[in-house]
This record gives sequence, C-alpha cells and structure tokens, in this order.
Amino acid sequence: MRNKALLVATGVLSAVVALLVAALLTSIFQRKQEAKNPYVRLVDVTEETTDPAPWGTNWSREYDDYKRTVDTTRTRFGGSEALPEEKIERDPWLKRMFAGYAFAIDYRDRRGHAYMLSDQEMTKRVTERPQPGACLHCHASVIPTYRRLGNGDVFAGFEALGKMTYADAHAEVAKTGTSGIHPVSCVDCHDPKTMELRVTRPGFIRGIQALAASEALVPHIPTIERWRQGKRDTPYDANVDATRQEMRSFVCGQCHVEYYCGPKMTLEFPWANGLKVEQIEATWDATKFPDGHRFYDWKHAETGAEVLKAQHPEFEMWSQGIHARSGVACADCHMPYKREGAAKVSDHWVRSPLINVSRACQVCHVYPEAEITARVEAIQDRTHTLMERAAVALTDMLDATVAAKKAGATDEQLAPVFAFQRQAQWRLDFVAAENSMGFHAPAEAARILAESIDYSRQGQIAAKGVTTSR
Amino acid sequence: MGDGVTRTPFLVAAALGAALGLGAFTFDYGEGLSYFSKDPRACRNCHIMNPEYASWLKGPHHQAAVCIDCHLPHDFVRKYLAKADNGYRHSKGFTFQDFHEPIYVKPRGVAILQENCMRCHGDFVHDIVQGSKTADDAVRCVHCHRGAGHGARG
Repeated sequence: MRNKALLVATGVLSAVVALLVAALLTSIFQRKQEAKNPYVRLVDVTEETTDPAPWGTNWSREYDDYKRTVDTTRTRFGGSEALPEEKIERDPWLKRMFAGYAFAIDYRDRRGHAYMLSDQEMTKRVTERPQPGACLHCHASVIPTYRRLGNGDVFAGFEALGKMTYADAHAEVAKTGTSGIHPVSCVDCHDPKTMELRVTRPGFIRGIQALAASEALVPHIPTIERWRQGKRDTPYDANVDATRQEMRSFVCGQCHVEYYCGPKMTLEFPWANGLKVEQIEATWDATKFPDGHRFYDWKHAETGAEVLKAQHPEFEMWSQGIHARSGVACADCHMPYKREGAAKVSDHWVRSPLINVSRACQVCHVYPEAEITARVEAIQDRTHTLMERAAVALTDMLDATVAAKKAGATDEQLAPVFAFQRQAQWRLDFVAAENSMGFHAPAEAARILAESIDYSRQGQIAAKGVTTSR
Repeated sequence: MGDGVTRTPFLVAAALGAALGLGAFTFDYGEGLSYFSKDPRACRNCHIMNPEYASWLKGPHHQAAVCIDCHLPHDFVRKYLAKADNGYRHSKGFTFQDFHEPIYVKPRGVAILQENCMRCHGDFVHDIVQGSKTADDAVRCVHCHRGAGHGARG
C-alpha cells in the first residue's frame, strides 16, 4: 500500500517537473523565434548606407537572394551570361536601325541587378562615346551624392551631377561616404527606418507627377485617379498617395522606363501625355532642346533623319497589359513571395518569371508548368515573328531612302520619309528594347509593331515616289 | 529507496511522467485544442494559410461561412475522418517541410468543397447542375467562382 502511494506521488511529481522544464524550454525557444521574426537589427543602416552588405546583416534572407542576381540565367529571348551575346550581331537590322548611334557599337543582352554598374562602366557606349553623369541615376546608389552636391536638396544635386561627364560623376559618387560606389541597392527602394517601400529617383518622382497631372487614362493606378478627383493643391506624391501594391510596381518604374538621359537637357521621363507609345511620342515631338530644335536622340547615319531611341519601357508596356489592369505588380511575378520556414519573404533574386513559374505564375494560374511556359512562349513567338517583319519593312525603307539620296533627293524632298522613319523606328524599338518580348502587353505590342510596319512601308513608298518624281 | 526491488517502478513513473508532462505541455503549446473548434484562426496556426485567411476576411463568404463550413464534411464521423486526414498530412508536411508549393487542394478536398457548395446553394442551382456532381470531370462551382471563398489568389 505504502509503495503504491509513493509510486503515484513520484509519477505526478516527475510530470510536473517535466512540464516546467518543457515550459522553460519552449519559452526560450519562443523568445528566440520572436527575436528572429521578422528580423534582427544588428547594425544600424541609414539614408547614407548605399552598401548592401550592412543591410544584409539585418535582412539576411533578402540579401542572400539579391546576391544571386549574379547568377547566369537563360530564357528563350533573354539571358544573363558572363559576356552576353551581342544583340547587334544576332539581329543585324539593329545595327542599321542604330546607325550613327552608340547602340550600333555595343548592345548586349541585359544581366542581373548586381552587374548594372560594372556593365555600364565597361560598355563601349560609355568607354568610346562621351556620356553624361545622368546615367548614374539608375546604375548607382546615388541619392546620398545628390544630397551632398545639392547641400541637402536632392533635386539640385540631381541636376548638378547629371550635367557632369560620366567619369566625373562616377568619381563624385565614389567620394560620397566611406564605402565607395555601389549599384542600385536596398536604400533606393526601402526606408532604412521602417523598411517601407519608397521611391527616391527624381526622374520618376517628376514623371509620375506629370502623368497624374495629365488627362491620360490610368485605370491600373487607382490612386492617381483618386488624386485627380481631389483638391490637387499638392502634386501627386507616390510616397504619400500610392498604395503598397502600387509601390510594388513604382519602385521598379524608377528605372525600367523610357527616358532621355542627356546631355542636352535634364534627365526626363516623358509621361506628360500618358504612357502609351504615341502619347510618349507626342511628348517628345513637343519637346524642344534649349537651342529651340525639336527633340531627337540622334541623327541616323544612313538617311540623316532625326530619330528617337526607345530605352526599355517595361513600366509603360506593363501599364497597357492585363496583369497591370488586374492589380498585379511587377514584384508579384519578378519578386514573388516565398516561404522560408514560417517566414514569408519577397524573393529579392529579381529575375524572369519563366525560371520561377511555380511561385511567379502558379499562385494564380492553376495549370501545369509546361502549359504556362508554352502560353508565354506562344505570345513571345508571335511578337518576335511580327518584330522580324517590322525589321524587314524598316530595312526596306532605309534602302529606298538611301537609294533616293544617291539619286540626288534633297533633305527637303525627303522630309516626309524622315517623318515616317522616326515613327516606324520609334515603334519597332519600343517593342524590341522592352524586356518581355511582348508578354507585358501582348495585344499592345502587336498593335505597335503593326503601326511600325505600316509607317515603314509608307516611308518606303514615299522614298520611291521621291526617286521617281526626279 | 536503496531497495533494488522498488527502483524500477520509480524510473518508469519518472519517464512516463516526463513524457506525459511534455506531451501535455506541447499539446497546449501547439494549441492542440483549437483543432477541435471551428475557429478559422486554428487553420492558420502554422502560418501557411495566412494569405488565405487574410483574403477570406475580405472575401464575400466571410459573413456566411468559416473554413470548415466549406472544407470539411458536416456529418460527425466523416468530419473527424477528414480532420484526421488533413491534420496528419499538414503537420507531417510542415514538420518535415517537404510539401509542394504552391499548395493545391487534393481531389478528395475538391469533392468535399463541391458538396458544401451544393449544401447551401443546391436548390438555387438545381437547374444548371445536371448530371454528376462528384465525378472527376463534373463541373465544379469554384471553377468559375474562384474568388468566392478567399479571393483570387487563394
């Protein structure tokens, strides 16, 4: 009897002890988890911290992903090899379209974010042609330098640095702070205190203000439409007015856009009439250089026409597509959420969704990966085929124009042909330079290429008309 | 206590007690009781369902139905069989981190879902849902009404 009671008492006692030990153990565990989640601020980062490495100490998951942007990736229509293929060798028509322009001497496939600065330092477009400091607006973490040069005024510093030569501006950025010059990094999109997304680029801030002030329809950016209905006593401010979901596209739109970089004017995003190809064209056509001459990017070496260069209008093309209209942001596909244990992380290995289909596409599109890839490639193949046709049409127009010039046609007689060339090249380049091969807005890309073909053929007929009439 | 005959029961009792105590604590720490409730918060205990929970809160059905109203059968035996099935699969998956992502509902879960759509809306859609409601190729309500429960991204 006595033994039995002792047995029971010991059992209960050991259970209580085990419970207390487990409680202690798990509470320690829980504290650790709480401290880990969402991050531990081990080092202080400020507005001046352009080096991503200290940020990586605090936000190691994101930094690990960011560092993977050095990796080589390949999709059907884009890659990121160590020395990417020369687009101008692969597609000889590009060389003719860019005749007389720096893109005719070196134009390669893009690489990952980590390379944006070193690739710019090395391209022959910069080493063999004079380029303005404005280029660093999007290739370096440059805001602290703007602030320093402008004595606190970012916009004044932006104007000042943009006017320097590329080499001088590069040296200025390297002089700022103590960590040297870095590619666009954490501080360019994140508030160092709160980690909230924010836009910092003067080009974008002015551009989106101009867009908001315009009449252009932007149903995919609801806060602009709301701002327009308001008092309008202060300009549209993305950092104040935009939703978090819009910011997940705006931060990318700080650089993945059409722009003029310089040196004749300050860097500008041409959105004052809207984001569509003809609206941007209208903005450029209405723009005058300080000397009063109509805006152009370069004089075509074969024909002498003053033509436009489309940069990489991803933000603008996306704006015309179904994904934008459905509220899907750049980051939803290019930086999709992933899970690490119980943590939800936005993948900072920014890359093509085609090599991340399960996270980028299948979250919404519940179809097999092969089917999704096939759908995308069908769109891209169609765009590519149409683009090749537009290239042939452009080349034929250039041939006809050169022939007319040889036959003695004057620039005055060829003025209508030059107008067609400007329109045709602008449209073809708008699709060719845009990094999605039409996917960001399939129907819009096809419409633009159809217009390009039409203008090229009209230009060809006009050039032949000039030749015949002589 | 130095008696060799009585030492064994003490050791057994200690081991049993430790296991029982740790087990009881872990059950509580892991909110084991919540899985017997119908509280939707129980379904996001392991964080995986956070997006689904968040979009359900903003979705059209959140006034009318909680998770288990659509995702579990309503008769007692099948309900607890399904709970055991899902509970085992989910806890094993989350512990070993070996599940497919993005997560998709299993075919037997689809059948339960369809059954529950019909439970409430059956009379109303009687004329348009002819033939089999449960065969693999039967037209399912959520094929079109994808956002009904927890938004387009659910």
